[in-house]
Amino acid sequence: MPHSTLTLFEKIWRQHLVVTTGDLDLLWIDRHFVHEGSFHAFDKLNSSKREIAHPELTFGIADHYVPSDLAKLDDDPEIAGMIHLLDENTRRHQLTYFGLGHDDRGIVHVSAPELGLTLPGLIIVCGDSHTTTHGAFGALAMGIGATEVAHVLATQTLWQRRPKTMQIHLEGHLAKDVTAKDLALHIIYEIGTDGATHHAVEYTGAAVRAMSMDARMTLCNMTIEAGARVGMIAPDETTIHWLHRAPRAPKGKAWKQAELYWRSLYSDPGAEYDRSIIIDVSDVAPRVTWGTNPEQSVPIDTGVVPELDNGHSTLSYMALSPGQPLLDLPIDQVFIGSCTNSRISDLRAVAAILAGGKVKVPTLIVAGSNHIKVQAEAEGLEAVFRAAGANWGESGCSMCVAMNGDRVEPGKRCASTSNRNFPGRQGPGARTHLMSPAMAAAAALHGRLVDVRQLTGNSV
Amino acid sequence: MKPVSQVTSPALLLLDDNIDTDQIIPARFLRKPRSSGYHHYLFYDARYDMDGNERANSPISSSAPHQSIVLAGHNIGCGSSREGAVYAFTDFGVQVIISTKIADIFRSNAIRNGLLPIQLEQDMFNILVAHCNDQQAQLTVDLERCEILWAEDHHLNFNIDEESRHQLLYGIDDIQATLAWSQHIETFKHHYLVDHPWVVPITGISSKN
Repeated sequence: MPHSTLTLFEKIWRQHLVVTTGDLDLLWIDRHFVHEGSFHAFDKLNSSKREIAHPELTFGIADHYVPSDLAKLDDDPEIAGMIHLLDENTRRHQLTYFGLGHDDRGIVHVSAPELGLTLPGLIIVCGDSHTTTHGAFGALAMGIGATEVAHVLATQTLWQRRPKTMQIHLEGHLAKDVTAKDLALHIIYEIGTDGATHHAVEYTGAAVRAMSMDARMTLCNMTIEAGARVGMIAPDETTIHWLHRAPRAPKGKAWKQAELYWRSLYSDPGAEYDRSIIIDVSDVAPRVTWGTNPEQSVPIDTGVVPELDNGHSTLSYMALSPGQPLLDLPIDQVFIGSCTNSRISDLRAVAAILAGGKVKVPTLIVAGSNHIKVQAEAEGLEAVFRAAGANWGESGCSMCVAMNGDRVEPGKRCASTSNRNFPGRQGPGARTHLMSPAMAAAAALHGRLVDVRQLTGNSV
Repeated sequence: MKPVSQVTSPALLLLDDNIDTDQIIPARFLRKPRSSGYHHYLFYDARYDMDGNERANSPISSSAPHQSIVLAGHNIGCGSSREGAVYAFTDFGVQVIISTKIADIFRSNAIRNGLLPIQLEQDMFNILVAHCNDQQAQLTVDLERCEILWAEDHHLNFNIDEESRHQLLYGIDDIQATLAWSQHIETFKHHYLVDHPWVVPITGISSKN
């Protein structure tokens, strides 16, 4: 293939290629984020008495275990211990660390972009599968395992098999009250939860260009739920505008040089992908999941549980029957947050629905970062949430992964803006229905799943 | 890392599709030290009820013989990147996992921890499942020859890239192996950072709310 026709993915991959053995490429890593769960990797490093090769490119952030109520931190010594372990490891290796109480702390996939640590053209890794999120900026961002984390810490490089490329071309315009979350659920429904395995996905098309950075992050975030380790979008004016106000993005001369490079980061006309699919987004409706993986979703207005055998393990876990509509399904609680949907635009959408109403079920709203939390409070969103009877938590992963003490009790049904409805994800026996922030807010007001368009008055 | 070369064992059948890593090891166990033995947490919520009693329909029977080979449904290991999912299998004594599709991050973690991932076509996979439905039946997986053998005279060949095969056969510590490339890394870094000085982030700033 001539050099003049490369995909965005190929451009970044080649730029970072240190050596190749044929099957495997050794890549230079520009950014590495570690969190509480990285302790296995620190153990490997410490036990072999190795140092971190590039502490200036490595950032620590506490997110997975941060309690929604910080006053309860010491209620569970194991949870507090995980944060203290990260405190220790980051101090020992002299990393920049966003720990408890730091203004810049939040969910790694929310805070890093907001700080400008996430930049186009970088290779970014983190021991968390939702690292795909950073691809929204035109970075090549991958989730990795603990042994790989240790390898990056020790060498600032990573051996990778080059994935195939897959273009998901999104035409048309999203209808009112239909969000990037609905679109992500639609794509995963279309291609399956393994539909992009072994591939690096690039999203292209008018629908992508029209998206805000928040929406792009939601879309790229959910790419792992279709099996792809990488989901990316070429940088454009929207991206550049965001980076201009990001505090740790390059400044002055460095900015000029960076911007010039960023503007070269797109798939060349005629560049070939191993696979391409086209999706018209115009007909996508607000969606909810009914099952135990993210491909099992339906449009809220017409969707029913599929005709599986009664007693099918998914249906018995979810306590649903074949043919049952999702609309009006009673729920027990609501969670609004996670690296998928906890950004300021998500919270504004929630406030718009909750304003003046009262929630009928326990509702927990958790901002993605401390900066977003402060902003939401300054904008009066928090006041709306509290007036509606919702709880407002400390920023972090919270009830998405149920490691911080927040969880859905066995058999309870939760409307959630998170990314995974796997059995036990939000707690043993928890029943999760994934949806957009506005849909979750609407469910909170009614105590059952409703079509948000009925509340906003937009036509169904 | 324990090398893998030849494994002979009955197979554990985990035939549901899309078994995610949250099911393989629920998140609340990921804070446990590795020394506690991650086999305790393997499929914990499917094995035990809320009171800690073994479920009648547990995917892993405590009375079954020791199984070092797993036949798993399509897309095993999807979801979270938690390496604890691989630790749970390897601490349980599993050395080989065979499926029609293995999720990317799980596969990568497996190779780095002495768990051989084998991807087969559906028809071949079905033959192995049919054979292993008999609990006494055994499979032999030979990584030297990239062969699976069963019922005395049956065999098939599987594909695995040479790098992964080598790493598994010799139990290679990948950091040690990479340090052999240190000079290449240094040279690359020098040129790369000269050409792209902006990639080094601004540090030492304290942002205000």
